[in-house]
Amino acid sequence: MNEKQAPKKKSNYDLDLLLKLNEQMLLIRRFEEKAGQLYGMGKIGGFCHLYIGQEAVVVGINSALKDEDTMVTSYRDHGHMLVCGMDPKGVMAELTGRITGYSKGKGGSMHMFSREKGFFGGHGIVGAQVPIGAGLAFSHKYKNEKSICVTFFGDGAANQGQVYETFNIAALWSLPVLFVIENNLYGMGTSVERSSSTDNFAIRGEAFGIENKTVNGMDVLDVREAALEAVNYCRSKQKPFILEVKTYRFRGHSMSDPGKYRTRDEVAEMRKNGPLKALQKLILANGLNESKLKEIDNQIKLKVNEAADFAIVSELPDEAELLKDIIIE
Amino acid sequence: MPALSPTMEEGTLAKWLVKVGDKISSGDLIAEIETDKATMEIEAIEEGFISKLIVEEGAQGIKINTPIAEFSDTEKFSEINNDESNKNVINISKKEVIEEVKSSVIETSDKDLTLSNNDATKKITVREALRDAILEEMEADNDVFIMGEEVAEYEGAYKVTQGLLEKFGDKRVIDTPITEHGFTGIGVGAAFGNLKPIVEFMTFNFSMQAIDQIINSAAKTLYMSGGQMGCPIVFRGPNGAASRVAAQHSQCFASWYSHVPGLKVVSPWSSEDAKGLLKSAIRDPNPVVFLENEVMYGQSFNCPISNEFTLPIGKANVEKNGSDITIVAFSIMVGKALEAANELEKNGINVEVINLRTLRPLDLETIINSVKKTNRLITCEEGFGYSGIGAEISSLIQEHAFDWLDAPVLRVHGKDVPMPYAENLEKLALPQTSDIINKAKQICS
Repeated sequence: MNEKQAPKKKSNYDLDLLLKLNEQMLLIRRFEEKAGQLYGMGKIGGFCHLYIGQEAVVVGINSALKDEDTMVTSYRDHGHMLVCGMDPKGVMAELTGRITGYSKGKGGSMHMFSREKGFFGGHGIVGAQVPIGAGLAFSHKYKNEKSICVTFFGDGAANQGQVYETFNIAALWSLPVLFVIENNLYGMGTSVERSSSTDNFAIRGEAFGIENKTVNGMDVLDVREAALEAVNYCRSKQKPFILEVKTYRFRGHSMSDPGKYRTRDEVAEMRKNGPLKALQKLILANGLNESKLKEIDNQIKLKVNEAADFAIVSELPDEAELLKDIIIE
Repeated sequence: MPALSPTMEEGTLAKWLVKVGDKISSGDLIAEIETDKATMEIEAIEEGFISKLIVEEGAQGIKINTPIAEFSDTEKFSEINNDESNKNVINISKKEVIEEVKSSVIETSDKDLTLSNNDATKKITVREALRDAILEEMEADNDVFIMGEEVAEYEGAYKVTQGLLEKFGDKRVIDTPITEHGFTGIGVGAAFGNLKPIVEFMTFNFSMQAIDQIINSAAKTLYMSGGQMGCPIVFRGPNGAASRVAAQHSQCFASWYSHVPGLKVVSPWSSEDAKGLLKSAIRDPNPVVFLENEVMYGQSFNCPISNEFTLPIGKANVEKNGSDITIVAFSIMVGKALEAANELEKNGINVEVINLRTLRPLDLETIINSVKKTNRLITCEEGFGYSGIGAEISSLIQEHAFDWLDAPVLRVHGKDVPMPYAENLEKLALPQTSDIINKAKQICS
């Protein structure tokens, strides 16, 4: 991840911002750890894709957005929901399939939404969220809202045909959509080298005239800097932009991933340079002491435990829910 | 008169580009022909001299394959009439013979306007009815827009969107690139963003490129979001066989889409159906698959002119009352069912014909009530029989009205083959009026 880059001085960031970023990244980290634990206990079923390791991506991007902007992603979506301000209780309760979940227990980990918070899913089909995101951007433009839609997808989805159909239309119609490619080097168990003829995803929009940038996704401040620029570009020019963010997931593709496609050493090495560690090092260098950081961590753990308790004690959906929400009457 | 489209039956000679005595060479433009879809220039394919213009400029309703001009190898026209061997008839049609589609109410006479209050009707084509529905709903609601291939500047591949670009501009009448998967997903996203898109497929065969977005995104997201994410979108376009366009352009997808919870599936037959149901579909908060039929576009029916007129989705219409047998049909097969009914009357069989109009949700009540009266049922569809609409109705009727049946439910449907191109084979593959008559006789004997 951009090892060649010289370490930058980041002393000009104000501590409040750093703490806010830390809080959001830590919330995702602790939430996902808890979700992994509940999965192991059989409280969460089906597929559960954890975001651990990639927190800096969505937190950095989100820090550059306005409330009225919208976001859409694939099924590795817990982190995105949390930064959008969705209640961890409602998210966790959806993971446990309870009526108090965001989708009343009918969507699960991969399919959650909050219109109120501008989070439009949560989509289970790899790449399908890409035209949907462009469609949301279309609706913003149609209604002269000056909002943008951030559309996240992975290196795996980047090979889907509909992504390129969308690039073409987004450029042709000048849609205010920020495409964020979360390149975590593996599409499930297949590495980028084995799936992609070239590993530079950012430039894949160049043929359509879409400008791009690649950024180190293990550094939340780098992501934020790039996002501020990209978001401003999309909003002011009413045009698409592609931001490739190089990242890494520390956990398996899903909970049932044996992880044989990469070595333990590789994962261990990446963990050493994890995004949270890097940020916290910076916070400590800016004068906050370790015990204060620990206190924040404990508060977040408390919040996550409350969410887990809520998700476990909440009721299963009533049987009558089976036949509700199929169509709007 | 040349056939200039698969479904053209007649044309208007808009303009002659040559006059008697002109020397023409292969490739010269000789006339402008106006079809139901477009105005096109036609070229000569042989050399010679124009000796006679048989059809006058402006003449309408000229059947295809009607001679429109004569040409001669020689400049001396006086000799022409005496020398039949020298006379050729310009006929540059593709020699396609379009199967004559008959319907009890089809005529292309002038639009007669019945003047009376809100029930006023006017004879218009199904194509015009669809356009009126879109136009009226776009006028009523700024969030409604239409997108698809050739819908704007070309005014619709089948001219359904004629005049809309001029009226509403390119913000709301939008040409897309040929990327069904992409633009359908964008439509779905726009619907999630509270707009009301109408997505036109040039034919529903092409919707196969986009079916993931229709099923996995449009149909399922409301449920997966616990009721938060409505998707008010209409997917529309011609479905089923047109004429002589073979397997990849001639399939009915009614049973495919009807299979999926979360979708509504509508299939109009007449102009009234087209206008009333499309308006309801556009107003509906759910994703609606609206299956039209290209062969029906040019056919005319009386249609209410009021912009308040709508027809409810989920309600079938009894087109003809009868007592001996019930025939259910949708889309183009309604006309064939009515034709069959007229023939069967001559044999003393009194037929009730139900136009389903909506395939999901199905108006089972109307079918059951009819079966309770007639005790016999035939289903008609143009698509494949296997896992088809008829199979579903047959099963539902034996579950809900078994005791009322005096005979097995029979199905009339397309043959279990990809649609062939050859004229005779295509006719064999498609269900015909005679098939309905034969099946009806089989269970009424």
